[in-house]
Amino acid sequence: MTWETVIGLEVHAQLKTCSKLFSSSATRYGAPANSQTSYIDAGLPGILPVLNQKAVQMAIQFGFAINATINNDSFFERKNYFYPDLPKGYQISQFQRPIVSDGHLDIDDHQQTKRVEILRAHLEEDAGKSLHEAHPTDTGIDLNRAGNPLLEIVTTPCITSAKEAICYLKTLHQLLVFLDICDGNMQEGSFRCDVNISIRPKGQNTLGTRTELKNLNSFRFIEKAIHYEECRHQDLLESGQIVLQETRLYCPKTNTTQVLRTKENENDYRYFPDPDLLPIHITAEDFA
Amino acid sequence: MHTLSLTALTKALQQREFSSTELTQHYLNRIEKYQELNAFISIDAKGALSAAALADKALKNAETPTLMGIPMAHKDIFCTEAMPTTCASKMLEHFYSPYSATIVKRFQNAGAILVGKTNMDEFAMGSTNENSYFGPVKNPWNIECVPGGSSGGSAAAVAASLVPFTTGSDTGGSIRQPAAFCGLSGLKPTYGLVSRFGMVAYASSLDHAGAFAHSAEDLALILQTMAGFDEHDSTSIQRPLPNYSAALKKPIKNLRIGLPAGFFHEEVDGDIKEALHAAVTLFEAAGATVVPLDLTLQPMWVPCYYVIASAEASSNLSRYDGVRFGHRARHAKTLQELITRSRTEGFGMEVKRRVLLGTHVLSSGYFDDYYVKAQKVRRLIQEELQQALSTVDIILGPTTPSTAYKLGEALRYPTQRYLADSFTVGANLAGLPALSIPMGFSKGLPIGMQMIGPHFSEASLLNIADYYQQVTDWHHARPNEL
Repeated sequence: MTWETVIGLEVHAQLKTCSKLFSSSATRYGAPANSQTSYIDAGLPGILPVLNQKAVQMAIQFGFAINATINNDSFFERKNYFYPDLPKGYQISQFQRPIVSDGHLDIDDHQQTKRVEILRAHLEEDAGKSLHEAHPTDTGIDLNRAGNPLLEIVTTPCITSAKEAICYLKTLHQLLVFLDICDGNMQEGSFRCDVNISIRPKGQNTLGTRTELKNLNSFRFIEKAIHYEECRHQDLLESGQIVLQETRLYCPKTNTTQVLRTKENENDYRYFPDPDLLPIHITAEDFA
Repeated sequence: MHTLSLTALTKALQQREFSSTELTQHYLNRIEKYQELNAFISIDAKGALSAAALADKALKNAETPTLMGIPMAHKDIFCTEAMPTTCASKMLEHFYSPYSATIVKRFQNAGAILVGKTNMDEFAMGSTNENSYFGPVKNPWNIECVPGGSSGGSAAAVAASLVPFTTGSDTGGSIRQPAAFCGLSGLKPTYGLVSRFGMVAYASSLDHAGAFAHSAEDLALILQTMAGFDEHDSTSIQRPLPNYSAALKKPIKNLRIGLPAGFFHEEVDGDIKEALHAAVTLFEAAGATVVPLDLTLQPMWVPCYYVIASAEASSNLSRYDGVRFGHRARHAKTLQELITRSRTEGFGMEVKRRVLLGTHVLSSGYFDDYYVKAQKVRRLIQEELQQALSTVDIILGPTTPSTAYKLGEALRYPTQRYLADSFTVGANLAGLPALSIPMGFSKGLPIGMQMIGPHFSEASLLNIADYYQQVTDWHHARPNEL
């Protein structure tokens, strides 16, 4: 049987603003732990978020660049889950109505032009980092990254190979750097990618069960992870087994992927509109 | 000194009849004397007296802000640097905020003297002040009764003249209901008029900061200092403020009063209905017209409120996980154990009840049936109230269906007590300004009258309340032994 790979990509691009999405703390990379952490970033009782207008402008700029719809009204929601590096116990993100939707990016893959459909791009705040190496028995928390502005850019499942995926990511990377809205530094996490992948018999319309791959911080790893996962799915299906819907971590050392969590263990994020923030209302005058 | 009104005290200080130091010491002595009311969680006598000394210096110069040298207390939900901010929870028992709330700064800049932080229901959840880690507060009118809640300590403190005024927060009636139970004037302003920055969140879209005093005239002075745009609160509104004190004493001749039929159902005490009829007669004598209202959605107020408030609370209280601040369980072996045990040990019953309820209504599979539906109902309630307020100037009614209950009574029927909010939560759902003023007594306990007005109509609401207080003296009554 011939198999066809279907890939959708989620890129988290850190926007190149001086301050965070909802506070005035600096976003500079590599500062001493918690030195760029305000009371807002630390989620202290009584604090309130105030939206960084610059981040909104950058999201709109990106929307124009990919011929997308800039939604006149979008709003922030809370994604609720407990984790030590998530200070408020929720991440402020956009869910039901993103600021940018239905755009596309044309990529040039060896003389062949392909149109990659971009479903949405939304604003959200980054979480902090857990530091496991600093101390033998304790885990440290660095909240410098908490609240950094991210633009999450999501494609439709329209990509059919690792090569195409890399080509799209490189084109997108170039665009974001050209627009001067992201520094593109992958080692520092300014451009991070999650891969949703499934395979299906060639010609079949319905999608197969997908897995989500995380921890991919270079184009090379992304390519390798996709190849590994394609083979793993094919082996499973050809031996009469099924693919489980799960989130998997790529391990560069072994060049394999390992289960991080299964669908049953997925959080119920209990999204609801953040009552501390007004909807983002964009009018034609704002573009002038 | 403590028998003088806030307005009289400001004049006395400015004319230097006595000093802020004397005044502050006098109130500190009273706080000490009436400790059994349990109105305070923290007292900062040293800080208050040194601030009073500074105020006395400032008062020697000509122009000082009106509240210069006036002692006051904040509900323990407002973040202060000088004292812990506990929200009456074990979770925050030892929590010192590294910053002060916007309104705390506003009063500080105006020269008011912060003497302490008042007791409350834990995280502002409750209507009796019995849900406090620091023990219940007693009603100065009858110490066997509750002062109401959640701002029970703030209400008891003013009712017993332990301070001239206090701040409070009102998410479903938490200022107006204790004001009614303690015979005070309590104001919940329009949503967005007073900053929420630094007020620990219970239900963000319903939380309002407000105040308690003995009269509408005093509330006007307080509101002038509290209100105003704050760039740190995205829901704060930028608009010019009226002079609230100057707006008093205007004639109320053509006042149109809306009386909702639903505020007079059979569960409302007879004495309360009677007191309200007397008040209405008094307004009519002054030339007001009464318009009967039918707020058909009123039965939906309480259920709608509890779905939205609990949903928001479940998320707002997620930050108390024992990781960065607040109560932290000892010897936890795993992350899950740390978070679970910290929250289990740190939160009281009512907080847990609402967090669980809120988590449920936001959960996948229930979200549409509860949260989304409640938001739709909320919109309809807002529209109905705004529609009603386009035909009348104020909506008038009792603040509560009964006077203060006996201590311990509510704990036996926790959810039944939610109905105590059935007249007050509407103003929170619609963000409308509302106040409660005393309008009589029933068996020695005060009765409150609630007035709800259109958005940003505080000046007119205070004027109407002030008119009533010009022609009545319920607000002058003080508990006997105090």
